[in-house]
Amino acid sequence: MSNPDTDPVTSEVVEAHGLTDHEYDEIRRLLGRDPNLTELGVFSVMWSEHCSYKSSRKHLKHFPTQGARVIHGPGENAGVMDIGDGLAVVFKIESHNHPSFIEPYQGAATGVGGILRDVFTMGARPIASLNSLRFGSVRHPKTPYLVNGVVGGIGGYGNCIGVPTVGGEIYFDECYDANILVNAFTLGLVERDRIFTGKARGPGNPVVYVGSKTGRDGVHGATMASESFSEDSEQRRPTVQVGDPFTEKLLLEACLELMKTDAIVGIQDMGAAGLTSSAVEMAGRAGSGVELELTHVPLREQGMTPYEILLSESQERMLLVARPESVEQVQAIFQRWDLDAVVVGRVIDEPVFRVLSEGREVASIPVAALTDSAPSYDRPATRPPRQDHVQRLDVAALPQPENMNRVLERLLESPNIASREWVYRQYDHYVRSNTVVAPGADAAVVRIKGTSRGLALTVDCNARYCYLDPHAGGMAAVAEAARNLACVGATPLGLTDCLNFGNPEKEDVMWQFSQAILGMREACLALEIPVVSGNVSFYNETEGVSIHPTPTVAMVGLLDDVGRIATPWFKEEGDLVVLLGANRGELGGSEYLKVVHDRVAGKPPRVDLTLERGVQRTCRAAVEAGLLSSAHDVSEGGLAVALAEACFGSPGIGAVIELEPEGRADAFLFGESHSRIVVSLKETDYGRLQEMASREGVPAAVIGRAGGSRLVIGDLVQAPVERLQNLWSAALERCIK
Amino acid sequence: MLVKVFVTLKEGVLDPQGKAVQNSLHSLGFGAVQDVRVGKYLELQLDADGADDAEEQARRMCDKLLANPVIEDYRFEIAGTAE
Amino acid sequence: MRWGVAVFPGSCDDDDVVHCLRNVLGQDVCTLWHKDPFDGGCDGVVLPGGFSYGDYLRAGAMARFSPVMQGIVEFARAGGLVLGICNGFQILCESGLLPGALTRNASLRFVCRRVHLRVEDNRSPFTRLAQPGELLEMPVKHGEGRYHADAATLRDLDDNGQVLLRYADAAGEVSDEANPNGSVDGIAGICNRQRNVFGLMPHPEDATEAVLGGVSGLKIFSSMAAEIARGSGA
Repeated sequence: MSNPDTDPVTSEVVEAHGLTDHEYDEIRRLLGRDPNLTELGVFSVMWSEHCSYKSSRKHLKHFPTQGARVIHGPGENAGVMDIGDGLAVVFKIESHNHPSFIEPYQGAATGVGGILRDVFTMGARPIASLNSLRFGSVRHPKTPYLVNGVVGGIGGYGNCIGVPTVGGEIYFDECYDANILVNAFTLGLVERDRIFTGKARGPGNPVVYVGSKTGRDGVHGATMASESFSEDSEQRRPTVQVGDPFTEKLLLEACLELMKTDAIVGIQDMGAAGLTSSAVEMAGRAGSGVELELTHVPLREQGMTPYEILLSESQERMLLVARPESVEQVQAIFQRWDLDAVVVGRVIDEPVFRVLSEGREVASIPVAALTDSAPSYDRPATRPPRQDHVQRLDVAALPQPENMNRVLERLLESPNIASREWVYRQYDHYVRSNTVVAPGADAAVVRIKGTSRGLALTVDCNARYCYLDPHAGGMAAVAEAARNLACVGATPLGLTDCLNFGNPEKEDVMWQFSQAILGMREACLALEIPVVSGNVSFYNETEGVSIHPTPTVAMVGLLDDVGRIATPWFKEEGDLVVLLGANRGELGGSEYLKVVHDRVAGKPPRVDLTLERGVQRTCRAAVEAGLLSSAHDVSEGGLAVALAEACFGSPGIGAVIELEPEGRADAFLFGESHSRIVVSLKETDYGRLQEMASREGVPAAVIGRAGGSRLVIGDLVQAPVERLQNLWSAALERCIK
Repeated sequence: MLVKVFVTLKEGVLDPQGKAVQNSLHSLGFGAVQDVRVGKYLELQLDADGADDAEEQARRMCDKLLANPVIEDYRFEIAGTAE
Repeated sequence: MRWGVAVFPGSCDDDDVVHCLRNVLGQDVCTLWHKDPFDGGCDGVVLPGGFSYGDYLRAGAMARFSPVMQGIVEFARAGGLVLGICNGFQILCESGLLPGALTRNASLRFVCRRVHLRVEDNRSPFTRLAQPGELLEMPVKHGEGRYHADAATLRDLDDNGQVLLRYADAAGEVSDEANPNGSVDGIAGICNRQRNVFGLMPHPEDATEAVLGGVSGLKIFSSMAAEIARGSGA
């Protein structure tokens, strides 16, 4: 009788697993024989783009990953940075794009669950989450359904597990109509000497499975594509992964309780490729091997094959390596939290991933064949000819709108600029009692209990800039994130990135990818910000059309005194309004160009890293010195939108800006030149600000005064703040209802 | 025994979920829908000595946990032996 | 005096309540694990927010059957001070210690925002330090906080001064706009007839430090502490 799990495989089956002929030959070479189906499944997931970074590895090496505060950079489950006081922060961002398009609520929920596990698996208590979302046009019929599902799923999971969602970003563009992006970020706090890593050390040590039972959820799609090897393929259909935040909450508490003891030597969550990747990666990091006996794995469904058990992506599971004498202690802690903890294998000396089922070997693969020997490609990258075309923009030929008031209103109502309150109101942003600056500001701020310090968090990317010029767009994403931190007064510690791109087998996509990374690198070096973790999501395309390149940057900053911060909103009547940086009237890639002229074109605004650094240092120093009543970054919608947003405090305060455009009024009001921050302060403090700015070579011109109930910008804009705020507040909900 | 339990909101208790479903149905063209009430359906696999015992057990479970008498009503069906 | 904070599987705000009592108010606090019986060795008990038992079936429905709750119900019936916040309020209603029920928000969405609360009655151990009509500000964050009770119960609550807090606007007016979840009569928090059990949806523990944006939540905890210190218990 044939056995689908151990029989040799056919070429159709190889193809269905997404492996090329060349890759299959390489597998045979590494094994010295043909793989059986189970082994092929293991290779296919470990060599997948997601696990192996085979198209991106070469380029990711360009990121600066070193720094005085870096404890663990890329390669661990999440990046770890020293913040002093004996504490460290652990953070990472990860994508869950495709599952969220198929089932938005569960896709987004399990994305949140996955990133939380990446953080607490290192021993850190998650204290803040962010998310970065991209949807199709608000006019696309599916968009409201997707937005509601994704936002509901993020809230449903994050709220229930008791981790505050303190910020995020959400943008709409046609390029995401059939390929939304859901990137989830979590930050945790850990004592510096209690950091755990995913290493399977110590031959003979038991390997323990904890958490939910294993079902067929998310079993590699290849099983479905290959009908021939199974008669009951209907039953083998992979199901949508369903998140259970309650179980994850128990898992979180149980793991953190366990990590106070010395019972374990290594731990890793079971994320993509489940049991396989967690066991193999832990062995790989330690230079050891792992032997698993699948008979002991707790199962939720009947009749699961070794193949399915190894590749299942059931949620809320972890794998840990315990000290032999501590197994009972581990089990007692998990029992206290009503969770299973089962010994499913052991660490072995021989660097092999060996899998048994009822004592019979079903897979035996050298660990290095799955990790170090995974393919790495230097894929061809070419600048597409269309790039010249998309960068062409004859500003002089653009008609200037008559009524700038009306343009400002339209921009404030654009779903890319309007208030995000409808979204973040659905997320608990207060739980854990640390939230100093809630969503809606340039960056969120959470305090660190027991210290005077705080952390600032932001996530940024303007994908339109990246489409027009991936190098400049990559630079801008890093620069803007750092600027947002500077606005609250924080010094950047490090960043984590989620690189969302199209099909890497296409030369233009690979060109975008390599350029964006080089741009990010340049900004990271200039602003001294290491990259400590990240994730690559390729194949974001539908019917051959790629999304705009979207290298999302989540950045974490440190505040020495969490009482010394700034928020975006004008506070005092009569305060001076000062612009740090310079107006350059750049319209390329602007929201104005898109909303008013329906164009996505031109060169995106140029990033001058010297000026950028100076502006950020000036703003930070001024916040630290307690000079500023407010600070707000100028971004989408330009100066006019930034000024309007600064008026939208509670209660709102207007401003009278006396600034004459040099050149076109629309470019002056709505151009999106970088390195600008609108600040307000007492007139008597202006001299000190000027000194700080001139030391950095930064322009700091008084442009007007806060006060009154209207926003007035020269003779171009004159509108009641209340009217503008009402339009801005209501627009997003109306768009997606 | 298989016991099928239906938990519904009491008459007069506002059901915003039902209202939302009704609105969606109307916008899909099902204008004939007069009202929608959303409830819960539970299946219990029960060890019981006959239907009377099953009924007695199910009633106690509903009273104690499965329904909240302040806002919910319940009814159940005993569907015979499972498996 | 000693406070007990119950911890159920799925409690999320237990640490926050402990932090506020211990580090902000300098109180003696212990946690009460759901599997352990409660023997009454506390002067006041807090049921914190969160999603006990995942809030599967109905919010608070399963927590009421936990061993610790059996003892807390007895403690309350004997006059002990019990404060239920958010999920704790839901548990108190499910336990029958407070009348009515908390149902899905009218918006069908989770809501997290700061709200103003008008103190309706200060003749209780939970609001004694506040003035009637005083406005408190603290966050709400819940998906099932729409208070529901039948007409007779609502009449009783009003007649006995059991509605302690209502959602109001910044001017102190109770209105639909100020009501985050569609609660009947804008009810945000009620006490029992004996006035020793209080449940509210908003989170006073998240409004006890200036750095987090306000301290009006202290009124609730300080009132309780003063009451216990006075030794009257209820």
